[in-house]
Amino acid sequence: MQNSTNQKPVISIHYLNHYFGQGQLRKQVLFDINLEIAAGEIVIMTGPSGSGKTTLLTLVSGLRSTQSGSMRILGQELCGATNEQLIQARRHNGYIFQAHNLHRSLTALQNVQMGLEVQSKFSRPEMEECATAMLEQVGLGNRLNYYPENLSGGQKQRVAIARALVSHPAIVLADEPTAALDSKSGRDVVNLMQKLAKEQKSTILLVTHDNRILDIADRIVHMEDGKLVNNSTMSMAA
Amino acid sequence: MIFKVLKNRTPLGWLQLKHDKMRLLTALSGIAFADILIFMQLGFKDALYTTNTQYPRQIQGDIVVLSSQATNFNKLSTFPRRRLYQAMDIPGVKSAEAVYLGSLDWRNPQTRKKTSMMVIGFDPDRPVFDLPEVNRQLDKVKIPNTVLLDQASRGEYQEVISQIQQGKTLTTEIDRNTVTITGLFQVGASFQDDGALITSAQNFLQLFPRRQVGTVSLGVINLKDGYNLEDVRTYLNAYLPQDIRAFTYQEYVEFELNYIQTSSAIGFIFGLGTAVGLIVGIVIVYQVLSTDVNDHMAEYATFKAMGYRNFYLLGVVFEEAIILAFIGFVPSVAIASGLYRLTAIATALPLVMPVSRVILVLILTIMMCTVSGAIATRKLHSADPADIF
Repeated sequence: MQNSTNQKPVISIHYLNHYFGQGQLRKQVLFDINLEIAAGEIVIMTGPSGSGKTTLLTLVSGLRSTQSGSMRILGQELCGATNEQLIQARRHNGYIFQAHNLHRSLTALQNVQMGLEVQSKFSRPEMEECATAMLEQVGLGNRLNYYPENLSGGQKQRVAIARALVSHPAIVLADEPTAALDSKSGRDVVNLMQKLAKEQKSTILLVTHDNRILDIADRIVHMEDGKLVNNSTMSMAA
Repeated sequence: MIFKVLKNRTPLGWLQLKHDKMRLLTALSGIAFADILIFMQLGFKDALYTTNTQYPRQIQGDIVVLSSQATNFNKLSTFPRRRLYQAMDIPGVKSAEAVYLGSLDWRNPQTRKKTSMMVIGFDPDRPVFDLPEVNRQLDKVKIPNTVLLDQASRGEYQEVISQIQQGKTLTTEIDRNTVTITGLFQVGASFQDDGALITSAQNFLQLFPRRQVGTVSLGVINLKDGYNLEDVRTYLNAYLPQDIRAFTYQEYVEFELNYIQTSSAIGFIFGLGTAVGLIVGIVIVYQVLSTDVNDHMAEYATFKAMGYRNFYLLGVVFEEAIILAFIGFVPSVAIASGLYRLTAIATALPLVMPVSRVILVLILTIMMCTVSGAIATRKLHSADPADIF
C-alpha cells in the first residue's frame, strides 16, 4: 500500500459530513468536505479554533469513525470500517501531537521503539537499530537514554517526530506540532518534519495556527465553520 | 509465536512501576501488609487446630472409646469404667485402658500465679500416649502427689525447668494439695489450657476429689494381631450400650479436627481475618494501579492512536499487577516467618510455615492483584485517542 502512485490520491475525502451529540443536541461540525491529497504532498490546514480542523484530522487518522460520506485512506474506505480495520489503518500513520505525549517511564530510545513495536514485524535488535538511527537523524544521538523529563520542549517534540516517522509511515498527521514551542525550536521541528518526510516520501497533513511555518506547504487549505474554502481538489504540487 | 511477541515486547508495566519508586513502595508495602495479615491468620488457625488435637494425635492405641456426650478432647464428659471391662470380652481386644482428664488451676511454682492446667491421669504401668519422654518417667508418678510438667507450657517456667533438669524436684500447690514436680516432657500449650500435667490415675483422683475411679474420660483399646480394626470398632459400637462411642484412632483424630473446624468459631474467625486481609490487599493494589492508569491516560491514548489495541494496554496493567504480586510476596514470607517465630516464643503455640501455605498465599496474592488489576482496567476505556488529539 505504501507504493501508491501519484495518480491515485493517498487521502481521498468526498462529501464528508460529521455530527457530534445525539438527538436534539446533535450538531453538525463538518459540512460536505471534499479533499484529495496525493502521495508526497505536504498540505497545511489552517483555520480558527472550533472550525473543525482537528475533527477532520481525527477522522483521517481513524481515531473517530466516519459517519457519512467517503473517506478513503491508502485505498481503504474508513466509512463504516470495523474497529479492527480502524486499528490497522492507524498503523499506517505517523502521529505528531500538539503535546509531545511521550511515555515518561520510557527513555527516548524506548519511546521511539514503541513506534516500531506496534508493527510486530521486527526483532528487538532491529528495532533498537532503527530507533537509534532515527534519533540520530533528528539530532538526538547523544540523548538516547534520557527520560523525557530531562529533555527540553524542542527535544521532546523531536523524539515524538522520530517515534512517528520511525516506521516509515505513508501518511504523517500533525496537530499543531509547534504550538508548545518557541519560534526557533518550532522552525527546527517543522524543517525536520519536512526533510524526513521528503526522504521517506511520506504525505503530510498538518493542522496549524502558526503562520511562520506555512512556507513548507505545497498547498494550504483553509477551514471555516466546518467547511473547506480555497480548496482546489486538483493537486498541482505533487 | 507468542514467545516471540513477548521477547520483543518492551516490558512497559515493569518500566512504569520502576520509574515511580514511591508508588512501587506503596504498592509493595500494601501487598506485604495484606500477605502478612493472611499468613498470621492462617498460622493461628493451623496452630489452633494442632494444639487442640495434639494429645489426641499422640494416643497410642487402635481404638478410642468416648462418652457419646463427648464433643472434643476438652469436653470429653465421662462414661462408666465398666464399659471398658465389657469391651475386654470382645474377641480381638487385647487391652482397654482408662484415661482421666480434667482441668484445674495451679500455682506456677516460679511466679506463684494461678494458671489453668490440663491434668491427664492413667495407669503408669500401661502408657497410653506415644510420648517416649513421658513413658520413661512414669515410674516417678507412682509416688503420691507427683506430676510431670509440660515444659512448653505458656508462662514463665525457666527456673522450674532448669532446676528439674539438674535433678531437683519442686513443690507447688493445687487447691489444698501440695504436689511435687518430678519430671518434664514437651508437647505445647493449647488455647484452652496454659499447659498440661501428666500423672497416675491415683494422683489424678487425689487432685479431683469429686471424680470417681469408676467414671473415666477416655478409653484406649489395643487389639490382638490379626483382627480387623473396623470390624472390632463396629462390633464395639453394636455390643456396648449407647452411652459410649468407639472410634478407630484415625477416625478419632478426624473427629477432633472436625469439631474444631465446624463447631468452634476458630475456622470462621480466622477465615474472616484472611478475607479481610485479601480485601485490604485488593483495595490498596487497586488504588495504586488505578492512580497509575490515570496518570498515564494521555500516554495510553497515544499508544491507541499509534495502533495499539486495548488488549495491549490491559496486558500492561495485568503485567504490573503480577509483578507487584510476586515482589510484594517475597518480603512478606520472610517477615511472616520471623513473626511466626516471635509469636511462637511469646505464646508457646506451634506456629510453623509449611510449603503448602506459602504456595496458597502466593496464589491468593496473585488472585488479589489480578482482581485489583481487572477493576483498574475499567478506566482504560476512557483513554480515548480522539479526545487528546
